[in-house]
Amino acid sequence: MAIIKTDNLTFEYIRRDEEGNVEGITTAVDNVSFEIKRGEFVAILGHNGSGKSTLAKHLNAILFPTEGTVFVDGKDTSEDANLWDVRETVGMVFQNPDNQIIGQVVEEDVGFGPENLGVPTAEIWERMEESLKAVGMYEFRKKSPNRLSGGQKQRVSIAGVLAMHPQCIVLDEPTAMLDPIGRKEVIRAVRALNDVEKITAILITHYMDEIVHADKVIVMDKGKIAMAGTPREIFSQVDKLKSLSLDVPQVTMCAHKLREAGLNIPEGILTNDEFVKALQQCQ
Amino acid sequence: MSIIVNHLTYRYNPGTAMESTALDDINLKIEDGEFIGLIGHTGSGKSTLVQQLNGILKPTSGGVYVDGADIGDDGYDLKKLRGEVGLVFQYPEHQLFETDVFKDVCFGPKNLGLTQKETELRAYEALKQVGIADEYFYQSPFDLSGGQKRRVAIAGVLAMKPKVLILDEPTAGLDPKGRDELLDKLTSIRQDTGCTIILVSHSMEDVARYADRIVVMHKGRIAFDDTPMEVFKHRDELKEMGLGVPGITETMYKLKDAGFPVSTDIITVDTAVTEIMKVLGR
Amino acid sequence: MLRDITLGQYYPAESVIHRLDPRVKLLGTLIFLTSLFITKSFYGYIPALLFLIFIIKASKVPFSFMVRGMKAIAFLLVFSVVLNLFLTQGDVVFTWWKLKITKQGIQTAGFMAIRLTFLIIGSSVMTLTTTPNNLTDGLEKGLGFLKIIHVPVHEISMMMSIALRFIPILMEETDKIMKAQMARGADFDSGNMFKRVKALVPLLVPLFVSAFRRANDLAMAMEARCYRGGEGRTKMKPLKYHRRDAIGYLILALYLGVIIALRILLK
Repeated sequence: MAIIKTDNLTFEYIRRDEEGNVEGITTAVDNVSFEIKRGEFVAILGHNGSGKSTLAKHLNAILFPTEGTVFVDGKDTSEDANLWDVRETVGMVFQNPDNQIIGQVVEEDVGFGPENLGVPTAEIWERMEESLKAVGMYEFRKKSPNRLSGGQKQRVSIAGVLAMHPQCIVLDEPTAMLDPIGRKEVIRAVRALNDVEKITAILITHYMDEIVHADKVIVMDKGKIAMAGTPREIFSQVDKLKSLSLDVPQVTMCAHKLREAGLNIPEGILTNDEFVKALQQCQ
Repeated sequence: MSIIVNHLTYRYNPGTAMESTALDDINLKIEDGEFIGLIGHTGSGKSTLVQQLNGILKPTSGGVYVDGADIGDDGYDLKKLRGEVGLVFQYPEHQLFETDVFKDVCFGPKNLGLTQKETELRAYEALKQVGIADEYFYQSPFDLSGGQKRRVAIAGVLAMKPKVLILDEPTAGLDPKGRDELLDKLTSIRQDTGCTIILVSHSMEDVARYADRIVVMHKGRIAFDDTPMEVFKHRDELKEMGLGVPGITETMYKLKDAGFPVSTDIITVDTAVTEIMKVLGR
Repeated sequence: MLRDITLGQYYPAESVIHRLDPRVKLLGTLIFLTSLFITKSFYGYIPALLFLIFIIKASKVPFSFMVRGMKAIAFLLVFSVVLNLFLTQGDVVFTWWKLKITKQGIQTAGFMAIRLTFLIIGSSVMTLTTTPNNLTDGLEKGLGFLKIIHVPVHEISMMMSIALRFIPILMEETDKIMKAQMARGADFDSGNMFKRVKALVPLLVPLFVSAFRRANDLAMAMEARCYRGGEGRTKMKPLKYHRRDAIGYLILALYLGVIIALRILLK
């Protein structure tokens, strides 16, 4: 069974002018259906305003569909009785590293989720330890979050979700406000969770180099799914990506241009190693 | 307008247990009309350095000379300087405060003591430069999209008609299209006005593409100061500093390691394509 | 600026007072403050002084650090002492121009000086030796009985601890916005009162906008982590009484006894 399934998910909100009169209706997510299997690493791409963040917020019942349904672990998120189960099953990490840390000490922040779930004290400490170790932040457990770098703060946030033992973790542009080092740290931590702990990971981003290792990529545009497939399938369509205001890694772009110039090189080159191999075959 | 930074050192909390050196003996000369990329990882001192250039921070020792005058002198007109050396901070949209877009952009020129007419003229021009359409002028800045807010905030500095425009990571959080549009705008603004641009960035690809000089900061010192081509020859040192080279340059190094006789002095995709075709004999 | 105020800042050290349960410290502070106000004679302050010295010594917080904190409110202290000195009616001991100093005035001013100094130092010992988190925990548990009359004790203490977490972030933000507006030619430190207040608008509006945005983000993040009020919540660091806390309560009881006895005897 799929861990997450959306059925014709549509989300609309009403725009009002200063007097409160209805100006119009914006459809942020438009009739989207997809399935995510347990243990998958799925990337959701799209330019700003494409509806990808709105979609993400439906996956742990922060927003509810105007039409259609979202099922998490078979449960309809719109039903009140399922609310807390859904949020326990799917954890969420947000964009701004400062605005999601509640504790004044790293370890206390990680304990916040389990406390809410009513986990016994001794087990909270165990969960704190294993979660912080999983993201490589255990040695910082006594520090104030204000003294950490952006990448470290995001790793603490991931640990905070991890300590709730979710089956799936949704990361809503977790790297948008980080520097390259921080971005690498966070992506490495997410990949480790997916590889080692087998937690389903859904990464929302517009950095193309972060999705190379995903199992599946969904590209959003104007609230709809514009493309879906493996990273290779997606990166094979450079021109289409450009038309969706997205970018490809420089190596992919280079391979694409070489192909256009008449070289017999496959589309959808993702890494330098693949590129080198492809060129060796051209010689 | 020339800016000379002479043996500038800056310490946070001098004389206390928390003392730390943010800038250590910086020497720099910035000429008219340059496009400088300022890179370095978080905490390398690059943001601190740009705040010295318009007198928001005061050096602990050494000084900044603008057109030959020491900006640290008593009685130096700092307000005028801030009009001439425009500084756009990170996430500049967080400084918007007026009831409509146009008024917000007027804030800078008004502070310079310009007449109402001149102020409005400049605000109009600046908004056009960053590509904000008339229909948005009288909307609340808080109702705009993220990318639009960013451009309005940049217009707020542009309206002061700076001769040197410094931008601290202006593309942070923008998507690829928004990023390219903004950087292209900067290039055209430089062409139209002849102003100097200093771009603080984390993206090696961006500085390789847009800047004609790169200054690399590391641990409060200037590690490299040269053309992009020369700077990116120091691949190993840059990696040690937590930086690196543009993705395509890295690709060329990998090709060379694999035995392809390619040059590694390549920093853009187009030159890489030409080089590879040449090496493969096509 | 705001960072210079050491009053109420946590001072990390390893001491019995630091380790004491926050509820003991809260009650202790309450008893100490009450004792300052029920004492009617100078002799009555001797046990208070001894008690304070004992606590300060035990807390291992340098006395100079506390005095530095006093500087911030020295003006308030001097002001109230002077006011009492000159404005109390009674037997005149000294006249100069229109100002009269009375015997009662000297007495009241003296009382005032001692009371205020003890009050400030006494309550700062608590904040100096207790982390804000520990303090809010203490408040939540110590005032838990108020839940019966529908006082939202958990919510209040949660708000306090969130506020404490965001103070440094908002201070940094203030600094950043201020610099950004200065780069646009804003002037925060010249002109008359009216001009200065007006100059704050470009600082305060973005600051409020940002605070609301942060609050909104944080609320969402808390809900996403299954926060649903204090009901059914467990504690990672539950407050538990130890032997030292019992001894603490005992000392407090003794102190209270002495003060009451003195009050009756010295009348």
